[in-house]
Amino acid sequence: MDPLSPWERAEMAISVLAVNPTGVKGLWLRARTSAVRDRITAVLTQLPLPLCRIHPSIDDTSLFGSVDLAATLASGHIARTSGILSSPAAIVLTMAERATPGLAARLARTLDDTGFCLIALDEGTDDEQLLPALSDRLGLFLDLEQVGWSDCAEIMLDTDRLALARAALPNIQMPPSALETLTTVAASLGISSLRAPLLAIATARALAAWNGRKTVNEDDLHRAVELILAHRGDAPQFTPEDADEAPPPPPDPLETEAETKRPDEMHDRTPDEILLQAARAALPADLLARLTAGRASGAAKGSGGSGAVRKGNHRGRPLPSRPGLPGSGKRIDLVATLRAAAPWQPLRRQGVNVGPKDILHLEIRQSDLRIKRYQESSDRVLIFAVDASGSSALARLAEAKGAIELLLAQAYARRDHVALIAFRGTTAELLLSPTRSLVQTKRRLAGLPGGGGTPLAAGLKMAYELAAQTRARGMTPTVALLTDGRGNIALDGTASREQSEIDTQKLARALRISGLPALIIDTANRPQPNLRVLANVLNAPYVALPRADAQRLSSVLQAALGD
Amino acid sequence: MSQPFPFSAIVGQQAMKQAMVLTAIDPGIGGVLVFGDRGTGKSTAVRALAALLPEITAVEGCPVNSARIEDCPEWAGPRSGVMITRPTPVIDLPLGATEDRVVGALDIERALTRGEKAFEPGLLARANRGYLYIDEVNLLEDHIVDLLLDVAQSGENVVEREGLSIRHAARFVLVGSGNPEEGELRPQLLDRFGLSVEVTSPRDVETRVEVIRRRDAYENNNTAFMKTWRKHDTALRISILAARAQLPKLKTPGSVLHDCAALCIALGSDGLRGELTLLRAARAQAAFDGDTSVARKHLKSVATSALSHRLRRDPLDEAGSGSRVARAVEEVLP
Repeated sequence: MDPLSPWERAEMAISVLAVNPTGVKGLWLRARTSAVRDRITAVLTQLPLPLCRIHPSIDDTSLFGSVDLAATLASGHIARTSGILSSPAAIVLTMAERATPGLAARLARTLDDTGFCLIALDEGTDDEQLLPALSDRLGLFLDLEQVGWSDCAEIMLDTDRLALARAALPNIQMPPSALETLTTVAASLGISSLRAPLLAIATARALAAWNGRKTVNEDDLHRAVELILAHRGDAPQFTPEDADEAPPPPPDPLETEAETKRPDEMHDRTPDEILLQAARAALPADLLARLTAGRASGAAKGSGGSGAVRKGNHRGRPLPSRPGLPGSGKRIDLVATLRAAAPWQPLRRQGVNVGPKDILHLEIRQSDLRIKRYQESSDRVLIFAVDASGSSALARLAEAKGAIELLLAQAYARRDHVALIAFRGTTAELLLSPTRSLVQTKRRLAGLPGGGGTPLAAGLKMAYELAAQTRARGMTPTVALLTDGRGNIALDGTASREQSEIDTQKLARALRISGLPALIIDTANRPQPNLRVLANVLNAPYVALPRADAQRLSSVLQAALGD
Repeated sequence: MSQPFPFSAIVGQQAMKQAMVLTAIDPGIGGVLVFGDRGTGKSTAVRALAALLPEITAVEGCPVNSARIEDCPEWAGPRSGVMITRPTPVIDLPLGATEDRVVGALDIERALTRGEKAFEPGLLARANRGYLYIDEVNLLEDHIVDLLLDVAQSGENVVEREGLSIRHAARFVLVGSGNPEEGELRPQLLDRFGLSVEVTSPRDVETRVEVIRRRDAYENNNTAFMKTWRKHDTALRISILAARAQLPKLKTPGSVLHDCAALCIALGSDGLRGELTLLRAARAQAAFDGDTSVARKHLKSVATSALSHRLRRDPLDEAGSGSRVARAVEEVLP
């Protein structure tokens, strides 16, 4: 079987979706708004379900239906709106990468019922992704980034052929061996979810029906694997843990050798990448708490012990209510509404015939409605930018890891999110996007190898970008930079100490202007004056990582060994 | 597909199924937490459980499914007193549900159109005498979690807001599921779950194929499939009912109490909730097995799920606490 070209793949995916939309559950379409994407979405009208477009900030009222407050008030009768999810539909979710976990959970629940399919239009760049709750449930995946206008032709699905295929679908035979084949392939690709083989089976059936066959054959299975399983196989969470990049950790260098040999001499014997166990490190116990406190006195933006303040309609400390319509998550402030309506009652009653029962009616107009507002603290993200260069690795990377673990424990107690960036060689790498899972953070940290140059500027740049992204998501980022300060690789990757210094200063100023709280931990053998300067530029606290007390360490060890 | 996937047709996942059956026998055990990968049948099991459970008798039209007419809350208005049978409620609590939807709130519709101060019951009212299922419980917003904790502990939902003062019974079994990779659960909430189980995808191909085969049959050959498995589900329901009847008659020898305490001390679990849950779960297991008194083997079979989430743990410890419990069981209860 020849592999399909991207556009042939797209055509095939669309036909499968048109034949059996509820079986394959939907399509994850990764593409920016473009004419190419429009060619795909144009065919969606051929689905045997009504199309509904929704956006990520849609509220429960529109999804599940509720009382239409404005219409009810105007007419005096209860008027209800019907929700999008109350009857089977093909749901098109635009900007799917912005979907909140809440929306994803609701849609996932809906997809588990029959009768729905979801087309998620994912316009995300690298850092934004469709939530796994949805991407796991959607069968098909298309990435149109590489498809140009000249590659694609208009997709025409023959209506009669579609009707025939849909009618034939329930009677398609599936040889028992095919089930085993698909399951085995999924398992060998490292896909742990059992939804994947089920979706592949639905796809194989749809393909057989589309091609006018009564039984699923080898070709259908091949194509089903290509359409459903291929993109799931390389999901990062399933990559084997023990990649061969890690040679066994050398004996802890900092106690045995660093005392006697200068770093320069040791440099000659270093393998390119070395993996160091986290070592015991000593840090002030309340470092994170001090960080925010320091900001509060230094910068006007800082706030007490928690993240930045955000106004919202859901929770937090109450603020004065303001006029507005309830719905989309806003809640009515009944007392304020009545208070706003009260002065107008005599005037409004003049024009109305009071009913025979002489019940005192409240005349409430839309303009009286008040909604509640709250002020809340947003979640914090602690972004670690770790210098894993050769100089740092030899000196004190192990201790730096230990320091991060100490900070992680503090972050855990404060329910902060944590992200991990490592910079070495010529670039910086995002090892872990913001997460609350400490186990995962620790695992990544343990597998962090050291070696190569020190691209300090690149590390700062990535930290800055990540901070901007998390801030856009409503979180409050803090950057913790762990380095020995000997930046020698410029932003463009050239080895130049001067250029690196200029780039670093530039980025530090950008960080400061954007008001990001930062923290510098000096991991060099001797405290570096230039890091102190950098800390001043950043307006950040500077901590020289204290030396682990070798004397005490060894005495503790001896006591433990019973010697 | 009107009927959910049959409970007994779920392949493997013994620990999860056992925990759910135990709470069906004795709701006092207090909830199940299911943590594991995606697509391992967590949601399927909960939905299947709803179909498996015996029906309950409730007052017709009562918003909190009261068993007796005098238990109906006053605010719900007069009731006819007709008793009906209805399926055990299994209520979904979606992520991002507002506080109003969970605890209930002023019925704005009636307040504005008829000028009446009425209470609109929330999800907690509907879940009374049944199950409250929270998918992705670890992503639930903190203020909702606090609220649930409070109600789960007291068995009563008190609403004091918007000029309302309402209370009603809210005794339910919390079932939470989630993926630990996406975040962890606060220890306070962990402790409130009676049992916790970890599920993983089956690793061998044979089991996986069997899962797929059954699911495919369920989807494409529904009638025959349901017919086969309904028998198993019915048998399971009968043994759950028998176990419920057996439960009060069970004897609990003193040696078992000693074993409970010794195990919990060895593990250093906080508080006494561990012992109590362990004993309750063991009793339910004994009743399910048809035994007349609780024995050490029952303790052993429920120890991991009753204790593994109660250990004081280092947040950075990677090893699962399940193995620690298993080790302690080996040492303390030979």
